[in-house]
Amino acid sequence: MILAPPNTAAETADQIFVILRDWIVRHVPGGLQPIFSDLISVVAILAVFASLFAITTVLERKGLGRIQNRYGPNRVGPFGLLQPLADGIKALTKENIVPLAADQTVYVLAPVVLVVAAFSMYAVLPIGRNMALTNLDAGVLFFFAASSVMELSVFMAGWSSRNKYSLLGAMRAIAQMISYEVPLILASVTVIMAAGSLSTVTIVEKQAGYTGILPHWFILTPWGFAGFVLFMIATIAESNRSPFDLPEGESEIIAGYFTEYSGFKFALFFLGEYIGLFAMSGLGITLFLGGWGAPLSFLTWVPSYIWFFAKLLTLIAVFIWLRGTLPRLRMDQLMNFAWKFMLPMALINLVTVGVWEFLPHGVLRWLVCSVMVVVPYVLLGRGLMQGWKVERRVYKFAE
Amino acid sequence: MLGEGIAKGLVETARNFFGSYFIKDRLTTVQYPEERLPQAEAARNFPFLVYDGDDWLAGLRCVSCQICEKECPPKCIYIEKSKDKKPDAIGKPQFYPTVFNIDVSVCMSCQICVEVCPFEAIKMDNDFELSTDDRFCGLLWDRHRLALPNSHYQKIHPTDAAVSDAILAEDKAKVDAKAKAAVENKASAATPSVAHVDPGGSSTQ
Repeated sequence: MILAPPNTAAETADQIFVILRDWIVRHVPGGLQPIFSDLISVVAILAVFASLFAITTVLERKGLGRIQNRYGPNRVGPFGLLQPLADGIKALTKENIVPLAADQTVYVLAPVVLVVAAFSMYAVLPIGRNMALTNLDAGVLFFFAASSVMELSVFMAGWSSRNKYSLLGAMRAIAQMISYEVPLILASVTVIMAAGSLSTVTIVEKQAGYTGILPHWFILTPWGFAGFVLFMIATIAESNRSPFDLPEGESEIIAGYFTEYSGFKFALFFLGEYIGLFAMSGLGITLFLGGWGAPLSFLTWVPSYIWFFAKLLTLIAVFIWLRGTLPRLRMDQLMNFAWKFMLPMALINLVTVGVWEFLPHGVLRWLVCSVMVVVPYVLLGRGLMQGWKVERRVYKFAE
Repeated sequence: MLGEGIAKGLVETARNFFGSYFIKDRLTTVQYPEERLPQAEAARNFPFLVYDGDDWLAGLRCVSCQICEKECPPKCIYIEKSKDKKPDAIGKPQFYPTVFNIDVSVCMSCQICVEVCPFEAIKMDNDFELSTDDRFCGLLWDRHRLALPNSHYQKIHPTDAAVSDAILAEDKAKVDAKAKAAVENKASAATPSVAHVDPGGSSTQ
């Protein structure tokens, strides 16, 4: 894409990476230019998000530590910031054990498939102005297709290990991921309805305007807020994070589907899961939080990619906060929550966004749509909590 | 309503998170190499040989009776007895160990050697930082490395050291009294015999 030369310093800062890439590509013979351009973007995405993964692991451990009134890792480097480096060296030098009874090919392939699927999701994420790798017409569809390959890899790992814990973990993972994929996609369909496009770049452009100082983000509508919350809950469940970490439940089934994985393969699973989480959060940002747009109209001079990563880090912080707070769900609770709460909420939300589009702009549609979000929430929540009461646990033998 | 409990929980964890940055008392973990908690007086880890005075070899209380070597459950003590004798802590001439080795990696800190020692010669130290990068010589401690002065024992276990010192003082007093009595006996046997034997002898004869 040939762009008009930037006019101001702010625009240059905003487009610095695009300019840099085009400058490098200009030194390559003509026929190879498109491939080279993509290659540079791919390498940049791999490097940036892999380092984000490294930073997140240490931030997560420190954050969880603080939540539990501990310091967290503080030995390697200043404030323990070089901890991921030590972890990486450890993972690389560990023995790579493959169980004798395992299906060798599938076993080795599973972590690779996971990481490849996780990274391929970034192909359609706009992480800045003009900074999406490709602008597919069916970008969101591609994204969900890639994300469902992650489920395949989870089952590959669980099945090929030939271990009961792995298989149990994989079984739980498949049940959970398929259940939560439904509300995940239904929640994003609301945005697709409102934006009228499946292209992630177009969806971000639709949220670009400002009313006063407030942006036109979809989260700032009743249906958008509900959709965002549903989307984020489903994201946590999709990436097997606490409180939906049943597939990995250390206290029950050791490590779930990657029980038999050691050394660098284990690290790859770890990487794949986090990369998948970032990608899902990135889609959440694209759909509901205005992508790379500035949150207030007078902050548009800040480069777009900084906004994207600020939003991403905020979401990661929320994930860590949730992980430090909530206990693991039981299988029946998990399924009840998906099918009896998330799914009806997502379906009602689809109707809400239709009503929002047809009603004239003004107080009325705000009122109607808010009621359409809050009333089902209260009623469904009541239904979910029926027959559930807090009892004082009696210890028969301990007292 | 659904979500109330989650909100409460989130507030609590947020309070912990920010509180840990401002209230030092919340962080209960002791940062070990830099900070240390004082050890309990009865803390023990690995035995040492007590010596009196300044010269470790001359003051070694061990008389190499080898009871500890025989009683040691994991058999981590090795002793070789000397051929000659030297005065021990209470002044009696006794053998001494020419070799006294304890293997750190085998010792299980049971304190049986201390319990069985009749000479107050082996006691438990509370130093626990015994790790080494030399797994052969670094873990087999010889008598020089094991020897520590009585003042160290008084410092780490003052109560036990006082008892031990009292026992030794009592024994020493006994030995001294005996020696004195022996000297007096000898003297009384020697001096009066000169003055008394002749008349006595004459009387008995």
